[in-house]
Amino acid sequence: MINATLKELAALLAGKKISSVELTQQFLSRIATHNPDLNAFITVDEEASLKQARAADEMIARGEAQPLTGIPLAQKDIFCAQGWRTTCGSQMLHDFIAPYDAHVIEQFKHAGAINLGKTNMDEFAMGSSNETSYYGKVKNPWDRQAVPGGSSGGSAAAVAARLAPAASGTDTGGSIRQPAALCGITGLKPTYGVVSRYGMIAFASSLDQGGPMAKSAEDCALLLNVMAGFDARDSTSLEREKEDYTRGLDQPLAGLKIGLPKEFFAAGLSADVAQAVEAAIAEYRKLGAETVEISLPNSHLAIPVYYVLAPAEASSNLSRFDGVRYGYRAPEYGDLLDMYSKTRAQGFGAEVKRRIMIGTYVLSAGYYDAYYLKAQKLRRLIAQDFTEAFKQCDLIMGPTAPTTAFNLGEKSDDPVSMYLSDIYTIAVNLAGLPGMSVPCGFGADGRPVGLHLVGNYFSEARMLNAAHQYQQATDWHSRKPRLPGEE
Amino acid sequence: MTLNLDDVKRIAHLARIAVDEQEAGGYLTQLSAIFGLVEQMQAVDTGGIEPMSHAQDLVLRLRDDAVTESDQHSLFQSVAPQVEAGLYLVPKVIE
Repeated sequence: MINATLKELAALLAGKKISSVELTQQFLSRIATHNPDLNAFITVDEEASLKQARAADEMIARGEAQPLTGIPLAQKDIFCAQGWRTTCGSQMLHDFIAPYDAHVIEQFKHAGAINLGKTNMDEFAMGSSNETSYYGKVKNPWDRQAVPGGSSGGSAAAVAARLAPAASGTDTGGSIRQPAALCGITGLKPTYGVVSRYGMIAFASSLDQGGPMAKSAEDCALLLNVMAGFDARDSTSLEREKEDYTRGLDQPLAGLKIGLPKEFFAAGLSADVAQAVEAAIAEYRKLGAETVEISLPNSHLAIPVYYVLAPAEASSNLSRFDGVRYGYRAPEYGDLLDMYSKTRAQGFGAEVKRRIMIGTYVLSAGYYDAYYLKAQKLRRLIAQDFTEAFKQCDLIMGPTAPTTAFNLGEKSDDPVSMYLSDIYTIAVNLAGLPGMSVPCGFGADGRPVGLHLVGNYFSEARMLNAAHQYQQATDWHSRKPRLPGEE
Repeated sequence: MTLNLDDVKRIAHLARIAVDEQEAGGYLTQLSAIFGLVEQMQAVDTGGIEPMSHAQDLVLRLRDDAVTESDQHSLFQSVAPQVEAGLYLVPKVIE
């Protein structure tokens, strides 16, 4: 049951082999057993989940079931869910009970899915290891010494450990794909604007995008069918026809042209990751795909550009946390300025404060042109590289991360070395393209490796097709970690 | 570019984040390392390139000038640190 696909779970529910209440209870009991060690969830509310499950069982009995009705899903704690504590991994929102639903949460509710709990994450989604969470680090289920990746590390660990059938995540510079790779699951960051950001606590608004994290590409397609869609409350939501992302899953891959950026197979990539990724590409050739070497000549600039633009947007977005309208307020203060400064000094963690300060600096008088505007110009060069590349290929492939999961504590005192773990994913956010990570093997240390797929704008269905065909031919995506006390 | 302690204190003030002397020293080291990374940008000639602020070319949507929201005043204020008679309370700013 815990390893079943979403389609299999829907069939069991439809056939009355199990009720949504029983299914939800089974996952809640796994969370109760394993979460004290893994720390993948920040908030679990059994009563709220079971109430939704009872309603879903009634929907099923009335014959009103949709593909996800009755299925429990873990939600990243960045999505506001009415009546649920929504912390964004921060002390700043420790007692924040969301008064409304994010669009994504609303969509899942309409579909009859169950909110199984809120998953742990790097504070305000700023991190690549889940170590910046106020609620403690998450452990990688494959190896408890290792990080799960970040910022959607709780969602990735929950799915990998089978504490949830699937989960939501968000990705600003790799926060769905990198943890998916490090935990051996499948994750997709859609084209910017496909999933509404309404009620998704903002980090860097021109880069943030929600997406699915699951055991397979097919499950991701089913989740994206629910998550995607126009929403007038997000000014950057795109008005497009609803798509069925499962429509092309079964197409053969003959004729698919895969671009391999030479910059992604260069120095800095560890040998075991390179080997697993090259084996995956060989498998694609067996499936009928052709490969062509391409170049993304400005990709080395992605990290410097990102660490100007993302903090700049964050410094503006996070100015709302001032101790006035919601969230934490310092217990003692003098005047208004003192109240703001102490509230923010105490309520934010170290990484968030660093990024707010970088952002404040690059936007300040006298530095705007040299940093912010310069980075925006380079962002265009990075995006143009992809436009050129997609003239030669349908999809781009490479490693999701340069190494397998690193050890807890290994990079937490060195921000710059932490930032480099997103070296292959960040350019995709800057360009606004869709990207995916698919499990493709294990490193020398037995920790999972992810294959990175990048598509042209709105090519999610094509990427899901390519990932699904690979998952029909291989079984990396169905490997699972052994938890204490389990076979 | 080289940051100094006064820069760090000025940035912290602009960002409304209280820092003491010891913390300022720590930030100086960390922020300098991050700006060292960012400095690579300056090596590229960006003459004639239009800045890109957004991934999609979007036009701001317009809507009818009609009331669409219901009054949720008390619900939204229920999560505020200090409220009285429908007003947010802050330290006195005008004498």
